[in-house]
Amino acid sequence: MEVRAESKGLVEFKDDKVFTWPTLVAKEFLAAIFVTVGLLFYSYVVDAPLRELSNPGQAENPAKAPWYFLGLQEALVYFDPWFAGVALPSLIIVGLILIPYLDVNPKGNGYYTLKERKFAVSVFVLGYIYWYVLVYIGTALRGPFWAFFWPWEKWTHDFPTPPPLHSMPLPLGIILMMGFYFAGLVLPAMINRDFFNKLGIVRYMLTMGLLLTMIGTVIKMVLRLSFSIKYIIATPWINI
Amino acid sequence: MKLIPDLIKKITDNEIWKSVFRHGYADTPRNRVLQIISNVWLHLHPAKVREHGTKIRFTWCMGGITFFIFLFETITGILLMFYYVPDVNRAYADIVDLMYVVPFGRFLRNSHRWGAHAMVITVSIHMLRVFLTGSYKPPRQFNWVIGVVLLVLTLLLSFTGYLLPWDQLGYWAITVGTNMARATPLLGHEGPFAYILGMRADNDIRFALLGGTTIGAPALLRAYVWHCIAIPVIASALMMMHFWRIRIDGGISGPL
Ligand code: HEM
Repeated sequence: MEVRAESKGLVEFKDDKVFTWPTLVAKEFLAAIFVTVGLLFYSYVVDAPLRELSNPGQAENPAKAPWYFLGLQEALVYFDPWFAGVALPSLIIVGLILIPYLDVNPKGNGYYTLKERKFAVSVFVLGYIYWYVLVYIGTALRGPFWAFFWPWEKWTHDFPTPPPLHSMPLPLGIILMMGFYFAGLVLPAMINRDFFNKLGIVRYMLTMGLLLTMIGTVIKMVLRLSFSIKYIIATPWINI
Repeated sequence: MKLIPDLIKKITDNEIWKSVFRHGYADTPRNRVLQIISNVWLHLHPAKVREHGTKIRFTWCMGGITFFIFLFETITGILLMFYYVPDVNRAYADIVDLMYVVPFGRFLRNSHRWGAHAMVITVSIHMLRVFLTGSYKPPRQFNWVIGVVLLVLTLLLSFTGYLLPWDQLGYWAITVGTNMARATPLLGHEGPFAYILGMRADNDIRFALLGGTTIGAPALLRAYVWHCIAIPVIASALMMMHFWRIRIDGGISGPL
């Protein structure tokens, strides 16, 4: 038995150690072989793409970023570039970095569990799926001029002109936006005081702020698709 | 199963084998430890690990595979550098040569390309598994932070490589990607509030990235240097920290 000092006093660790050689090293070795064989086989069968010589005068249509950025490019449909291309990825990176400092739940450290950390796991997994759904749409369902095509439709250049978009009146937009963040920050804290107390005000605001922004991007997409809303807040300086 | 021991005995218990290897490997606990700690590569591991940490169903082997693909990309990348010159007049022709003239060139380029995509996928799956096992919780918070930076670097590695063939695909993909920088608040000339700092197309952040207002020779050279030298060096340093931290944070995470 190995005993280690933890903040809460002495905690006993199970000693279930095995020799790294050969238990782990053998598995790593096999994994390396499988990956190499897999990559070499795939490279033998499928050629890497190569198009014509680059030509600044003739844009590709659609011009697509590499697939792992197509979620962000897809977000460009709904947001201005400063948000989809700069603010959103920055928020994602900052949010990821903050995770260990925001999640104060001591349970579920070092094993799989949904029951003991329902909130954290469901938010992360939904966000992860959300990212890849956008990547899929951007990769497979967007054709010339970034028009939407189902997988069974052929990409054409003559698709119906999309309906005209309009922005919300500025006062309404500001009220809605503030109401959304206000309600989203206050209501959960009131309904679930325990959650709020455990996190403390700073962690709570950061966690919910990031979560609300993620949900907000979905709401904006729904507003655009069902009500042709271009901007919720439109000003001469910045649009959201 | 007696098949494997029998086979080993057949292969090793004869004059030829013994003339090459003068003595065998005695499978003792002491030797199992020595195998790890007396080998410069293997002693990245501790001599003993907790059993669940060796299970594929726990780690999905994704961190290790990401690292392995990084090594794979380093080797194929060095080989590609023998044939490729980052000059706008040559780059595309060099890639065409690789595809049609250089022996195994097509195979080499394909495997570097698909390896890059594979690494992006495996690193994101690794992050998912680390999240699901709660392995970023104390005392491993900072190793998660290093990991996020590695994730970003992996994406940037792949992204900078995308331009190098100098074909329409890469050219316009990088155009779309770097155009975003134009819209950076304050720092891009089309971004909100850019007028405060007096940003123009020829002094904003996109200009700094590309070394010009359009994607031309300086942008190709920058992509090349970032891709082949700067990012790999930074990523290697961070991987060393990442692995070191796994050890000093108490080894692979696990239930108490
Ligand atoms: C180039 C990228 C990366 C490489 C080569 C890498 C490699 C590894 C390896 C080999 C391990 C040992 C356990 C395992 O294989 O799962 C590990 C563990 C870990 N990685 Fe990564 N990793 C990378 C990126 C990341 C990212 C993106 C994150 C999170 C955002 C991350 C967070 C962690 C943490 C917290 C551990 C400790 C896990 C534990 O103790 O269970 N790493 N990494």
